[in-house]
Amino acid sequence: MMTITAQRSLHETFTQPSPAQLSKVTKRFGTTTALDDLSFSIEPGELVALLGPNGAGKTTAVRLLLGLCTPDSGIARVFGANPRDSANRIRTGAMLQVARVPETLRVREHIDLFSSYYPDPMPRQEVIVAAGLEGIEKKKFGDLSGGQKQRLLFGLAICGNPDFIALDEPTVGLDVEARRALWKQIRAFVARGKSVLLTTHYLDEADALADRVIVIDQGRIVGEGTPSEIKHGARSLEDAFLTLLGR
Amino acid sequence: MLRIHLLEIKYEFLKALRMPQYALPTLLFPIIFYIFFSIVIGQQHLGMSAATYMLATYGAFGVIGASLFGFGVGVATERGQGWLQVKRTTPMPMSAYFVAKIALAMLFSSIIVLGLMFLGVTMAGVHLSLGRGLALFGVLVSGAITFCALGLALGYNTGPNSAVPIVNLIYLPMSFLSGLWIPIWALPRGLQTLAFFLPPFHFSQLALRVIGGGRGLPVYVHVLALVIATAIFMAIAYRGYRHDEGKMFG
Repeated sequence: MMTITAQRSLHETFTQPSPAQLSKVTKRFGTTTALDDLSFSIEPGELVALLGPNGAGKTTAVRLLLGLCTPDSGIARVFGANPRDSANRIRTGAMLQVARVPETLRVREHIDLFSSYYPDPMPRQEVIVAAGLEGIEKKKFGDLSGGQKQRLLFGLAICGNPDFIALDEPTVGLDVEARRALWKQIRAFVARGKSVLLTTHYLDEADALADRVIVIDQGRIVGEGTPSEIKHGARSLEDAFLTLLGR
Repeated sequence: MLRIHLLEIKYEFLKALRMPQYALPTLLFPIIFYIFFSIVIGQQHLGMSAATYMLATYGAFGVIGASLFGFGVGVATERGQGWLQVKRTTPMPMSAYFVAKIALAMLFSSIIVLGLMFLGVTMAGVHLSLGRGLALFGVLVSGAITFCALGLALGYNTGPNSAVPIVNLIYLPMSFLSGLWIPIWALPRGLQTLAFFLPPFHFSQLALRVIGGGRGLPVYVHVLALVIATAIFMAIAYRGYRHDEGKMFG
C-alpha cells in the first residue's frame, strides 16, 4: 500500500509539467532578433535568474511566458499549456517594468482590485505582510518611495496566490536597503515551494537569489549553472559574466 | 465576474474623483461654450430658441469630449505607460477594463447634459417637457458608445504623449464641421455636404430630432451612419490591439 502511494507521488513528480518553458523560441522585431532559438525551462520550486546586459532579450522571454506576445517560431509553455489559458493566468503572477501606475489609488485599493481577478486570492493582510507593506496600506501609490512602489507591484504579482511568477528587473533603480528588502520577500515566496523567473543585470542579485543562472546575450544562452558553477575559476561572478559575454 | 466589473468601475470613478484637474476641463468646456454661444450671443430663431437648439448640439459636443478624453486618452495613457500590460497578465477580463472606462465616460456625459439642461431651463428660458428632456438625455448619453469606439481606436493608435494633441486635432475641427458649434446650415454649402460624412453630424441630428429640430433626414439614415462609424472605429482599434501583441523588446 505504501509502495503504491510512493510510486504514485514519484510518478506525479516526474510528470509535473515545468512551470515555465521556452522551446527553440525565436522572436524578431523588425530586423532585430530578440531571441534566437532559445530554450530553457524552470523546475517546480526553482528560482531561475535570466542574467544579461540590456537588450539581451530578457524582457522578451518574460513577455512570451506571460502570453503578452507570441514567438515567431518555437513554443512558450506555462504548466505545459498556452500562457494565455485562463487557468494559467490564475496560476501566474507578474511584475513588469511599468512607467506609471495609477497614482491616486491607495495600496490597499490596488491589492483589493487585483485580488478580485482571482478565484482564490491570498487574504489582503497576508499580501501586505508578504510584500512588506505594513503601515502604508492607506498611502496612495504616488506617495510611495521607489522601494515601496516595487514592493506593491510584487504584492500585486503574488496576491492571486500563483504558483509561478515572473519578475522583470524587480529591483532596478532601488537603493541597497530597498533591494535587500525585496530580496527577502522573493526568498519567502520561493520558500513556499513556488517557482520564479527573475531577470536582472545585477550580478549580486542573481548570486543572492538564484538556484540557477542563465546568462543570455543577443538572444542566445552563453552560460548556465548555479551561481557558484558560473563563478568557477573566475575571481568573481562579474569576471565570469564578462568572459561569457566575450568582452 | 460581476464583482470584478463593479470594483473596476468603482476604482475608475475614484481615480477620476481624485484627479479633478483632468476631469474639470472635459466637464466645463461644453458648458462654457453653451453659455457663450447660446445665452450670450444667440438671440436669433432657429425654428426654436437658440438655447434649445444648442442644448442638443453642445450636449453632443460634451458627450464626444467625455468619450474621447475620458476613454480614449485614458486607454492611450495606461497602455503607453505599461499599466494595461500588467493588467493583461492577470485573469482580469478585458471587458471589465473597458466597461469601467465607458461607465466613466457615460457618467461624465450625464453630468454635462444635465448641467446644460439645468442652465438652459433656469437661465435661457428653454421649455422642455419631461418626456422630451428624458429622450434627449437618453439619445445624448447613448451616443457615448460610438465616440468611445473612436476613443478606443485613438487609444490603441496613439501614445501617452501624442494622445491629447491628436484627440484635439480630431475633436475640435470635427465638432465645428458637424455643426455642433454653430448651426449646420450657417456653414458654407460644401462643408454641409462634408458634414454628412462626419459621425457627430448624425449624432447631433438625432438629438435635434428629439426636440423637434434637425434637417429632416430619416432617422434610420443617422442611426445607420453611427452604426457603420462604430464598426469602423472598432476595426481600427482591433488592428492597433493586434499590433500591440508583437511590439516591444528588451
